[in-house]
Amino acid sequence: MAKSTMLKSSIAKKVAMALSGLFLMLFLAQHFFINMTSVFSPDTFNSISHFMGNNPLVQYVIQPILIVGVIFHFIMGFTLDLKNRNARPVSYVKFDGAANSSWASRNMIISGSVVLAFLGLHFYDFWFPEMIYKYVDVNALEPTRYFHELAEKFESPVRTGLYCFSFLLLSLHLWHGFNSSFQSVGANNKFTKASHKFGYAFAIVIPFGFIFIALFHHFNH
Amino acid sequence: MSAAKNININLKIWRQKNAKAKGSMETYKLDNVSTASSFLEMLDQLNEELVNEKKEPVAFDHDCREGICGMCSLYINGRAHGPDTGTTTCQLHMRKFNDGDTIFIEPWRSKAFPVVKDLVVDRSSFDRIQQAGGFVSVNTSGNTIDANATPINKGDADKSFEAAACIGCGACVATCKNGSAMLFVGAKVSQYALLPQGKVEATERVLNMVRQMDEEGFGNCTNTGACEVECPKGISLENIARMNREYLSASLKG
Ligand code: HEM
Ligand code: SF4
Ligand code: FES
Repeated sequence: MAKSTMLKSSIAKKVAMALSGLFLMLFLAQHFFINMTSVFSPDTFNSISHFMGNNPLVQYVIQPILIVGVIFHFIMGFTLDLKNRNARPVSYVKFDGAANSSWASRNMIISGSVVLAFLGLHFYDFWFPEMIYKYVDVNALEPTRYFHELAEKFESPVRTGLYCFSFLLLSLHLWHGFNSSFQSVGANNKFTKASHKFGYAFAIVIPFGFIFIALFHHFNH
Repeated sequence: MSAAKNININLKIWRQKNAKAKGSMETYKLDNVSTASSFLEMLDQLNEELVNEKKEPVAFDHDCREGICGMCSLYINGRAHGPDTGTTTCQLHMRKFNDGDTIFIEPWRSKAFPVVKDLVVDRSSFDRIQQAGGFVSVNTSGNTIDANATPINKGDADKSFEAAACIGCGACVATCKNGSAMLFVGAKVSQYALLPQGKVEATERVLNMVRQMDEEGFGNCTNTGACEVECPKGISLENIARMNREYLSASLKG
């Protein structure tokens, strides 16, 4: 069979979705650990941020991969969701989804869309200003500015609230997504029980950790 | 078990003259239904009344009426095969319902299972998937080898047997919010992939069956796990993961 047919197959798409999801979760974990330092030590936070913001490998290799990864993930998410809706042209008058599956698993497109909207806000808040600061206006580096920029953003209760809400939905996205991605790549074996537990823990600890960080800065500055 | 009693129920049933007609939900009142009767017997009772009233009886699929053929279908009160898990509709009993209940009965809904009439759907898309690779080629010209002559690891034999329990009913597709057939195809692929006899054609099998599945218009699995819960034969999600592995390795080879 032609390779192109295989790449277009449902399973290839599923695996691609899983790999992009796994990659985004890795990114999320490292982002979380960096942000966590802002709670304990503004200096550490500043120096890691400065390193990440000026290291050529991070800036010119990892960052573009990440952006492509995010775009791929949500475009694929919307594409698959549309395809799946088309697979049932006439819907049931009565459909009891809760009887056999979790809300999180049935509403990945909703939790994902909220996370996407959040990413828009997040880029507007941090990424665009940072890119303009560094590459358009070409300002002095000022390795200690990061912490203030962060703390300032969380002064607004509305923004802090939006952040918290988005992370709640990210938690739901990962509650299903973490374990789903392993199943998608074909990993269902004697480690699955343990990895499910880890997946649920990940889906709680990371998003709620982010919520803690946002609230910490909101109430402390 | 408590003694059987009679209950009165309301039914909301999908009626559709033929594949092209626009259908709708119709309401029926059915009295004196014994709780000892099966769900299909209840429908027989309704049909008898309809025939006596010179009305068109409700068309629905059934054959063995003992949970082994996979013919009976029906989406009952929002669930494939009704409120019980691990059973087909023919194994569902009216004791699961109460006097005065309203019961919704709809056909399987999937682009790949078009409605033929009322509650009857065309599941030949499953046959075409099966024909695309769900078999082993055996030379039958007088020199067949007894299957038992080939030693098979007990664990693999058990898993293959579990996968082979799939009766092709389509409940997995019907219940999946994505209308995905991956549990069915996963079972059919696994059944052979686990056995030495199936290994010979393993590469083409999984590629062809998945291609056919996609062509039929089934949706894409998002691992909600609904199929596993509703499958009357307890086919496990493990089979989908195995199919994905088989597909990945076949893609690299093929
Ligand atoms: C940091 C951000 C995100 C992370 C860490 C993440 C993670 C994941 C993971 C791990 C999966 C499971 C993949 C699989 O089942 O094979 C997944 C699936 C999915 N994601 Fe995301 N995602 C993120 C953002 C988004 C966004 C912005 C959207 C936009 C719509 C989205 C929509 C979806 C959809 C529709 C699925 C498919 C459901 C499925 O196959 O289970 N995700 N995501
Ligand atoms: S996997 Fe289960 S639900 Fe699906 S067709 Fe086979 S027996 Fe029916
Ligand atoms: S009629 Fe055969 S399984 Fe129900």
